[in-house]
Amino acid sequence: MSDLDVVDLSRLQFALTALYHFLFVPLTLGLSVILAIMESVYVMTGRRIWRDMTMFWGILFGINFAMGVATGITMEFQFGTNWSYFSHYVGDVFGAPLAIEGLMAFFLEATFIGLFFFGWDRLSKPGHLAVTWCVAIGSNFSALWILIANAWMQHPVGSRFNPDTMRMEVTDFFAVIFNPVAQSKFVHTVSAGYVTGSMFVLAVSAWYLLHGRHIELARRSMTVAASFGLASALSVVVLGDESGYTTTQNQKTKLAAMEGLWHSEPAPAGLTIFGLPSQQSRETRYAIHIPWVLGLIATRSINTVVPGIFDLVGEAKQRIHRGIEVYAAVQRLRADPKDGAARRIVEEGQGDLGYAMLLRRYVADPTKATEQQIEQAAWDTVPNVPVLFWSFRIMVGLGFYFIALFAVMFFVAARRELDRRRWLLWVAFFSLPLPWIAAEVGWIVAEYGRQPWIIEGILPTFLAASPIPASSVWLSLIGFVVFYTALLVVDLFLMVKYIRIGPTETWEVPDLAARQAPPGGILVDRVSLHPSPTLTE
Amino acid sequence: MSIPLDYEVLRLIWWALLGILLIGFAIFDGFDLGTAILLPFIGRTNTERRLLINSVGPVWEGNQVWFILGGGASFAAWPPLYATSFSGFYLAMFLVLLALILRPVAFKFRGKIDNPLWREIWDWALFVGGFVPALIFGVAFGNLLLGVPFHFDDELRAFYTGGFFALLNPFALLCGIVSVAMLTAHGAIYVAMKTTGLLWERARLAGIGASILTAVLFLIGGVCVYFFVMGYTVSGPLDHAGPSNPLRKTVEMSTGAWIGNYRSEPWTIVAPVLGIAAPLIAAWMLSRRRPGTAFIASSLGLLGIIATPGLAMFPFILPSSSDPNASLTVWDSSSSHLTLFIMLIAVVIFLPIVLAYTAWVYKVMYGKVSPQLFETNRQAY
Repeated sequence: MSDLDVVDLSRLQFALTALYHFLFVPLTLGLSVILAIMESVYVMTGRRIWRDMTMFWGILFGINFAMGVATGITMEFQFGTNWSYFSHYVGDVFGAPLAIEGLMAFFLEATFIGLFFFGWDRLSKPGHLAVTWCVAIGSNFSALWILIANAWMQHPVGSRFNPDTMRMEVTDFFAVIFNPVAQSKFVHTVSAGYVTGSMFVLAVSAWYLLHGRHIELARRSMTVAASFGLASALSVVVLGDESGYTTTQNQKTKLAAMEGLWHSEPAPAGLTIFGLPSQQSRETRYAIHIPWVLGLIATRSINTVVPGIFDLVGEAKQRIHRGIEVYAAVQRLRADPKDGAARRIVEEGQGDLGYAMLLRRYVADPTKATEQQIEQAAWDTVPNVPVLFWSFRIMVGLGFYFIALFAVMFFVAARRELDRRRWLLWVAFFSLPLPWIAAEVGWIVAEYGRQPWIIEGILPTFLAASPIPASSVWLSLIGFVVFYTALLVVDLFLMVKYIRIGPTETWEVPDLAARQAPPGGILVDRVSLHPSPTLTE
Repeated sequence: MSIPLDYEVLRLIWWALLGILLIGFAIFDGFDLGTAILLPFIGRTNTERRLLINSVGPVWEGNQVWFILGGGASFAAWPPLYATSFSGFYLAMFLVLLALILRPVAFKFRGKIDNPLWREIWDWALFVGGFVPALIFGVAFGNLLLGVPFHFDDELRAFYTGGFFALLNPFALLCGIVSVAMLTAHGAIYVAMKTTGLLWERARLAGIGASILTAVLFLIGGVCVYFFVMGYTVSGPLDHAGPSNPLRKTVEMSTGAWIGNYRSEPWTIVAPVLGIAAPLIAAWMLSRRRPGTAFIASSLGLLGIIATPGLAMFPFILPSSSDPNASLTVWDSSSSHLTLFIMLIAVVIFLPIVLAYTAWVYKVMYGKVSPQLFETNRQAY
């Protein structure tokens, strides 16, 4: 491990901190909306149980939210600490959505989360409901701006390279905001968050029903989760397809890697549902195809070819050759900013400049690259095929599973048969971790699949890291992992503790306590909110 | 698309906005950092500590966004500053991040298990989460005034050549202590506004002491800058509307050069005068038992103390001690003309909205915290 350089270490640190952060984000996204739905029912019907539900799930939401904020702070500053050349090179474009996220979304969410917990006895019913909706809207807008920034890394639109400042600059901000990749990514990601929130409520409620506790609360929660979850799961898969469609327009190599498609197939291409792709031998063995399907999904036509990896590498090689000329022109322009001919070459050919930079891994001056180095650099544009192939299949498989599970739960809940289908409740309970797995592998597909680029086609990842000592990054990497893991353990411990305590009796009076007195929870000390010594479990 | 504001004007506005965000951070998040610093010392019993925590409980999360926004805004408006400073101050920044990560979890986790040792751990975590950022932000300001060793290669890749411990020099540490003292004073005054009885009395005394200390240390810092610290001046021509390339100017260093702006623009003296006078007025108001007025004075003091180095250094925002010509200035390290304009529109639209709902939240939560809170609000910290 000790031969990892600062780029690998920074990548590892970013990947781990981002994946940790995204353990908490989807639950915040989903649960915030579910809380708002539950409280809306409370305000409309006036039935206290819906307020108790909002409060109970709100406690779990709060624990999770704290972790989301804590791990999110790191993300905002890591671009500067570990990716300083990235920050310089694209800050003009990439920084803006990040700043607007703070201004428009995070402020809203964080300012009102305090009132969500502290405002119950200080606000009218509609007033508190408005606060809860502000939290939900804030967290969802937050996702929108972050995904606009991320989408620009996948599909850099609305910008150009400025040779005077040696960086990318915005030319059309609306193109950045209305980036089609951003639209589909946003809907895909928040829907995945809703699925996560729904699964959380579904699984915990199933556990209560299985143990005969908090029946009224659990049954109602389950109904909300099953219906919201079903709608969201459908949306994840349908708009995941939308995301696949945009991928084919912009990131053909990523798509080919996800499909293990080494050679272009005559249109319409078949979908590989199983196979063993190998990066070394550059082939996918034992592939099982469903004819036509990939071509239909990816190109929405029956006569457009889905290009394979070999063809795409050939294309990359040509772009490297063109990029070298642009690179040389940039050097001339740096020596003499008045060189009009060089400026024109940069202006016209800048789309290929990034491809020449790929050569910097092998040669200090890309204009002196050999044909063999160009060949190597062209093959570098291919991400890790087996990892992508399998991550994608896990994600999609889970997506379809969620639709099936929520549909069944919805059907059973609607027929009020939840109590009689105990095995189904166990299935729901054990499905709890699955949305997180789907979300994490989803990000692996999106980000690992973009390699070797940090900005697709513009800037290679290995050039983007800060020139800092590897020892510093080792220190921070180990620090973050140890620290986050310790906090995660505490977080899970508290989640389990508060799920076990369940909604406290004081909340369920008067309309519930009478009906389900003994199994209904725990006596708590009114001052400390802790279980009193005389537990009734 | 033609942009209705000149590049030069926009750069000036964004320099001021960076200052406003820092001052906003100090005024809003400053008091909950200060409250966290005071927590283990003026809160003797669990009830007292819960009162302290709940006095900032409903608002600290929103306040912290000022810090996040400061990071985001410097990324968007001053990318070279964001890239160079955060990668240069790598380990210092790592410590700040760890400390700030502790805060949300400490607030949330502390009351969730009924055990004195558990609470004691999180109380000290809150202290660290307040003290370390306050100290390091001050130390960072001190190093800005001194200049930081960095240079660029001809692709404008920034290389920082100093170590972590070089940041902890005597002058920077003095600035760090000023920062801790001013935020502690600010926190103490806030606590005095929100509590009664013994806690109120202790907060009041802490606030008086810390305010006076702030004024004295800030004055000493000013004397150091006048007599010992090397300042920077741009000596060659520098196009105020030119491309953001920090390698196209020449810079000279000389002792006392940071005073130059105060000589040429005497009205700017308001900032350092405010930095010394306002904390003293705050102390006086506390001694006359008027924490509300003291809080306003303390906020003005923070404004003066933060504006002082900002005005002194103008147009520099990050001077380089090893390659002064590579220093970052307002005129050559901003975002593009268009980005600055778009971001300004975003600020003009959203900042008033943010301030409006923040004011509403403070209005809803207005009043002193008392132990009755723990009975009526089951979700208090």
